Amino acid sequence: MTNPSQDKTPLLEVDELAVDYGLKGVSSRAIDCVSFALRAGEAVGLVGESGSGKTTTAMAIAGLLSPNARVSSGEVRYRGNRLPIDDDAAMRPHRWSETSVVFQGAMNALNPVHRILKQIAEPCMLKLRMSRSEATARARELLELVGIPADRGAAYPHELSGGMRQRVMIAMALACRPSIVIGDEPTTALDVITQAQILKLLGELRSQLNLALILITHDLSVVAEACDRVMIMYSGRIVEDGTVAEIFAQPKHPYTRLLIESIPNPASGKKMIRPIPGDPPNLVNRPSGCAFHPRCPSAMAVCATEVPSLDKFGQGHVACHLHRFSQKDRVAAHA
Amino acid sequence: MSRRIGSILIRAIITLLMVAVLNFVLFRVIPGDPASLLLSGARTSVTAEQMAAQRQNWGLDRPLFPDQMVDYLSATLQGDFGYSFKFRGRHVADLILERLPATIVLVGLAQLIAILCGVMLGLYAGWRRGGAGDHIATGASLALYSTPAFWLGMILVVIFSTALGWLPGYGAHSPGAITSSLDWLLDYLGHLALPVTAVALGLIGQYVVVARAAMSDVVTEDYMVTARAKGLTGGQMLMRHALRNAMLPVVTLITLNLGYVVAGAITVEAVFAWPGIGGLTVEALNARDYPVLQGIFLLLGASIVVANLIADLAYGLLDPRVR
Repeated sequence: MTNPSQDKTPLLEVDELAVDYGLKGVSSRAIDCVSFALRAGEAVGLVGESGSGKTTTAMAIAGLLSPNARVSSGEVRYRGNRLPIDDDAAMRPHRWSETSVVFQGAMNALNPVHRILKQIAEPCMLKLRMSRSEATARARELLELVGIPADRGAAYPHELSGGMRQRVMIAMALACRPSIVIGDEPTTALDVITQAQILKLLGELRSQLNLALILITHDLSVVAEACDRVMIMYSGRIVEDGTVAEIFAQPKHPYTRLLIESIPNPASGKKMIRPIPGDPPNLVNRPSGCAFHPRCPSAMAVCATEVPSLDKFGQGHVACHLHRFSQKDRVAAHA
Repeated sequence: MSRRIGSILIRAIITLLMVAVLNFVLFRVIPGDPASLLLSGARTSVTAEQMAAQRQNWGLDRPLFPDQMVDYLSATLQGDFGYSFKFRGRHVADLILERLPATIVLVGLAQLIAILCGVMLGLYAGWRRGGAGDHIATGASLALYSTPAFWLGMILVVIFSTALGWLPGYGAHSPGAITSSLDWLLDYLGHLALPVTAVALGLIGQYVVVARAAMSDVVTEDYMVTARAKGLTGGQMLMRHALRNAMLPVVTLITLNLGYVVAGAITVEAVFAWPGIGGLTVEALNARDYPVLQGIFLLLGASIVVANLIADLAYGLLDPRVR
């Protein structure tokens, strides 16, 4: 984790970002007070259940917020410069050249009527201003890079398996040599063996091309395999972040702990997985205080009234009253 | 690819054969046979013997299946569609061929106009769905779609022919001497204007509705998000990714409608006394001219089968998934 680039400006900084979605006059906050930094070449996992705001966070970074989304506060900086993430046209030069997205290629993210080589070559022609033949040559290179014989480029998406389509999606994401690649559940629709292959490929490409990787997933095992650092989101906020090793060994937030305990582990001899009790929070009408308190086994009186701030704890951060008080107590004890 | 084309062709041939058989059966289950139909109009009374002789002469005393049907099918295959009752002694094929150009001009022109306007309007409405343009285009085309074309035709005649007197509302040519070919053309186009408008207006609604639905489906597809993420402009997203996908159902509709170019717009032709297949159909129906009707039905069936064939083949060219 300690390398020279750490001292320089981070590649990407997200600062107190809040995004609202307006729907028929009702506005709901999708993410709130989201702050983090991403260094070049770093792999960060963004984990949370459906509706936790992980996709909104990633789409905001990529400048792909939908028209009914509004950035109500905060900003995103790329190499120190503020990104116009709420301006569709102004974000266009940034897209794919600096930040690209690996969508669930196994689903419908590839256009069914175009050959895959053409789809990979397209951003090379439009963004890198390559000629058709240069772009085609580049697309063939990219296919080989992700382990697909270049001659398969003449295939249409439906002629490929799910894993192959995901590789095509990755090749496409690398077309304009971006410095950040966002993986939006890139392995969700794949079987475990293909999933492992895709994660391995992403890991290799990351070190080879010095890519920063943001992996959105609800699957902690994917993060454990592919990431250096992980951020846990709950109800639109980051509740904990830290290194993968740290978080798996010593989860600090009760939600993180329950999340890790809910992973089935055949080796431990546990027969049943332990689900987290309760339901995900309502985004329009959030619980007061810490949004997790109605489901939290360690909830205290203060949890229902005060939103915990994301404070430094060990090498990472955690937003939980439990740790704020224990830390204060410790400070008090030392004094 | 070639196996798919082969199976499409075989299917088309089988369908055509079934159309011919049905066409034969349909006119044989109607009460009364040609002999009684023709002879009942005779001024002098007809004896039973005369009737039987006529039946024998025409082969109507032989069993329907298989003798008469085989006769019909083999004659049809040789291009012999029989003789008209009404236009005595005239070949059905000649009658149809004589009327066909007028219909093709009328409906073909109307289709062309409807496709150009309707498809563009529909694609635009679907691309900007929810906007003011979408609401206006969708509302207007639903109204047009649900209005009978012959009623539109009558309204057009009342306004532009009877009241304003701008355009002729009847026939294909003005009576009287035509001096030059340019005059002839202008006169013909003037006569075409109202019926073409009536047919086209009805078709535009259909194209707008289908094209809009196709485009608004495409807009929400995942690959459009991919296109946006790639940094494409709205225009590039439309031209490179949305258009071809949205055209798939539209092309199917266009090619299927090609079949009706030949079949004509029976009611509109009747309203405008247009000398096409539609007019011939009405005349034949009124005169119980079964051979002509049979010929028209066969033409209709055949053109729709051929249109389906073209639609199948065109779809294969546009959509790699069905190849």
